[in-house]
Amino acid sequence: MHYAGDSIIELHVNGESKSVAVKPSHTLLDVLRKQLSLTGAKPGCANGDCGACTVLIDAMPVKSCLMLAVEAIGRQITTVEGLKDAPIQDAFIRNWGFQCGYCTSGFLMVCHALAMHHPNAEQSVIEEWLQSNLCRCTGYAEIKDAIQSILSGNLHRHRQRGAFF
Amino acid sequence: MESQLGKDTVRKEARDKVTGAAKYTNDLADAPMRHAKLLTSSHAHARIVAIDTSKASAMPGVRSVITAQDSHLLCGSMLRDRPPLADGKVRYYGEPVAMVVADEEQQAQAAAGKIQVTYEPLPVVNSIAEAIKANPVIVHEQLMSYTKMEQEVYPLPGTNICHRQKISTGNLPKGWADSETVIEGSFTLPQSDHGAMETRAARCIIMPDGRVMIKSSSQAPYSVKEEISAYFNIPAGKIIVQVPLVGGGFGGKTAAQLEVLAVIAARAVQGQWINLVNSREEDLVSSPSHLGLAATIKMGAAKDGKIMAAAMTFYIDSGAYAEISPKLAKAIAVECTGPYNIPNLQCDCCSVYTNHPYAISFRGFGHEALAFCLERMVDKLAFALNMDPFQVRLINAVRPGDLKPTQEKTTLSNTGDIRQCLEKLRTLINWDEGTPIKEANNLIRAKGIACLIKTSDTPTDAGAAVILTFNSDGSINLNCGAVEIGPAMKTTAAQILAERMKMSLEDIHVQLTVDTASSPYYWKTVASMTTYIIGRAVLNAADDALGQLLNLAAIALHCPPEDLDFKDKIVFVKHDPTLYIAFKDLVKGYQFANGNTIKGPLVGRGSFVMSRLRPLDEATGKGKAGSSWTVGAQAVEIEYDPQQHTYRPLKAVTVIDAGKVLNPKTAKGVVMGGMCMGLGLGMNEEFVYDPYGIVANTSFRTYKMLRYGETPNYLVEFVETPQIDAPYGARGIGEHGIIAIPVALANAIASAAQIDVNRLPITPEYIWREKTRA
Ligand code: FES
Ligand code: FES
Repeated sequence: MHYAGDSIIELHVNGESKSVAVKPSHTLLDVLRKQLSLTGAKPGCANGDCGACTVLIDAMPVKSCLMLAVEAIGRQITTVEGLKDAPIQDAFIRNWGFQCGYCTSGFLMVCHALAMHHPNAEQSVIEEWLQSNLCRCTGYAEIKDAIQSILSGNLHRHRQRGAFF
Repeated sequence: MESQLGKDTVRKEARDKVTGAAKYTNDLADAPMRHAKLLTSSHAHARIVAIDTSKASAMPGVRSVITAQDSHLLCGSMLRDRPPLADGKVRYYGEPVAMVVADEEQQAQAAAGKIQVTYEPLPVVNSIAEAIKANPVIVHEQLMSYTKMEQEVYPLPGTNICHRQKISTGNLPKGWADSETVIEGSFTLPQSDHGAMETRAARCIIMPDGRVMIKSSSQAPYSVKEEISAYFNIPAGKIIVQVPLVGGGFGGKTAAQLEVLAVIAARAVQGQWINLVNSREEDLVSSPSHLGLAATIKMGAAKDGKIMAAAMTFYIDSGAYAEISPKLAKAIAVECTGPYNIPNLQCDCCSVYTNHPYAISFRGFGHEALAFCLERMVDKLAFALNMDPFQVRLINAVRPGDLKPTQEKTTLSNTGDIRQCLEKLRTLINWDEGTPIKEANNLIRAKGIACLIKTSDTPTDAGAAVILTFNSDGSINLNCGAVEIGPAMKTTAAQILAERMKMSLEDIHVQLTVDTASSPYYWKTVASMTTYIIGRAVLNAADDALGQLLNLAAIALHCPPEDLDFKDKIVFVKHDPTLYIAFKDLVKGYQFANGNTIKGPLVGRGSFVMSRLRPLDEATGKGKAGSSWTVGAQAVEIEYDPQQHTYRPLKAVTVIDAGKVLNPKTAKGVVMGGMCMGLGLGMNEEFVYDPYGIVANTSFRTYKMLRYGETPNYLVEFVETPQIDAPYGARGIGEHGIIAIPVALANAIASAAQIDVNRLPITPEYIWREKTRA
């Protein structure tokens, strides 16, 4: 339903331009989920605490519950739906990186960005990046295996096989 | 065909879960929808003097504002004591008081904030001690008038006790007389939360013909259906509950709560979907949580370490409503000896009302709380006897033929082999190196061990059915009522089916969404019982389908069915495998060369129900609460800083007798997840109340679950003593990883800091207080 106060903005999501009608107060998470039907990003807390809503903004992980949709104008937004055969997706399957799967999109986005920016990340860097997200099903051991399995140092490969940037 | 069991098997819905294609309740595209939002109580105990909804009703987009005045109703899966919207008074902080339905979620939220409730605060029952003291403040004045939904609920009039479970076996005075050493301990555990990453969500629409359609994040769609039917007096057949993937349950999504509210909202605005989704804050406190506990145990042992007698009293902090807590009391009572043989015993376990969020089942179903008290006692006993805690456990561990508190006999099949678990644990944690050990740089390394045990505590009629249909390629669709909440239960069911049918797992298709109108009944996806109950039903359905396939193939191949065998989707003649017919040519019936066809499309049906369970005797607890037990042993190793009183877990070990491990990596993952949750309970997690019963930590910023990098190295191993009546011998293991971890951690800290740990969570502040206590 649209009513006075909505503005039409253009968002660049997963390589496509989309027009959406938003209010200034709409979060990016809400717009992605409700208007663009991109429900991969999850509202685990809507408060910045859990990371389930993580998407990439210009290739950096951002909690979409903490960003207004209007703040994303002119930026490249990548959601889990925009990961096309990124190595981290297979790595999560191969390493049993999830159970219920609710936290998975968020973890995938953080891991994917980490692999792009720090292909040789050491333990402390991985920890710093992944502590932003919560998983209640696994004990994180498999997530650790998954991220480590793709941090083999081949930056080029990940960039090429990663998302649409 | 080589067995497919015991191999790492990727879950069926794996690809969906890494691509965003996996849909959970609040992801479903139902349009148009109206949105419901709750106004929750700002008091823990207060009389509602007035609710003024006029301002809220006038807000834009608002379609309805609902209070208890619109539907005086009492809910509860065991005792109907809970109004879905507070009626007359509020009994806990966060209790739903009113509900707004509006076109947009934000509108509903804004309007909920405009509802004005006038409260008259009442004295608060803010602890178990306050609930059971003489002349307590009473949380439920009408306790004795509530309708029982189940027989085994025994409330005590004029008290806050909503259920009492007693166990008594042997001869207690003789037990004390035979004891050389008698010790006592008191323990308290706070309430905490499931913290599933998907907050609870429910949708509902009332169709023009009166059918009630519900979609929800429930572990128990069939009980939701039955509860809604009972509460609203709607025939069960007119209620349809659908559950897609669920983002973690851990026992928290087992009773109808949001579903009831969604039905109320849908009735107020007929003909459109209602969407009701918890905020994280509501999910933590408004929806049900994990029990708190207070316990006192007295235990006596002979000189050789054999436990001769125990007297135990447990009080469960059920919070404001009974919900499932009478059953939790029963679970604790029937398992009060843990995996040990205690010949003379008395146990009293009560569920008590307080003005706290109400409790529901939680991973471990009370056994995690019980284990904390019991396994601390065993360590204290070892200390008093000057014995090795490992040896005390080994000496007392149940042997086949020993009796449980319910006077059920244990066998290797129904209980597994606790001794073997202990011996393995001993090696894995390097127990013989001793504890505590002083390290360089003034740190102390210490270990704690503990045992776990759990039975299912199912109702005596818990059962399931399974339906198999076939595709024209000979592959099978497996339809059952188990909800996929995370532990890959659908994949396990598919593995069991593939094994029996001797075909590839690729050719088994699972229906992920449960729909009570088309999926056959399953009691609930709880109690680590899905492998057993659904698994048995799957085997029966497979046998039913195979019987039909073989009989039809016998006609096609002109031979008796006993001459036939099958594998890889073909039926062949045993003594001449060149004579065969494919499943695909049988599943729609068999067609003769002239076109005539016999037998129609094939359907396999299987049912299973728990056998030989019976209720417990009210006075002695004699009875049978589950079909079997799962046992195991766990250990935690920590590094402790005696200056700061901080510590970090280095290593956590679990050895479980799984009977048979069907899917090793999945099994290990589920156990590790339980261990991580157990460490969370041990280290951080608790609801913190202010003096007025207000929960102070209602977000993940303040309610701290473990994060990446805070966890230890996990070691998980299995013993495989088959449970003869279980599918391929596999026992339930879904919950068990959590059970003895908090207490193994406590035992490690007791060893490191040389303090008596008698509560959770164990914070540096707690250790410091204990250390500096005069
Ligand atoms: S939903 Fe954004 S951090 Fe939790
Ligand atoms: S897989 Fe369930 S929360 Fe991470």
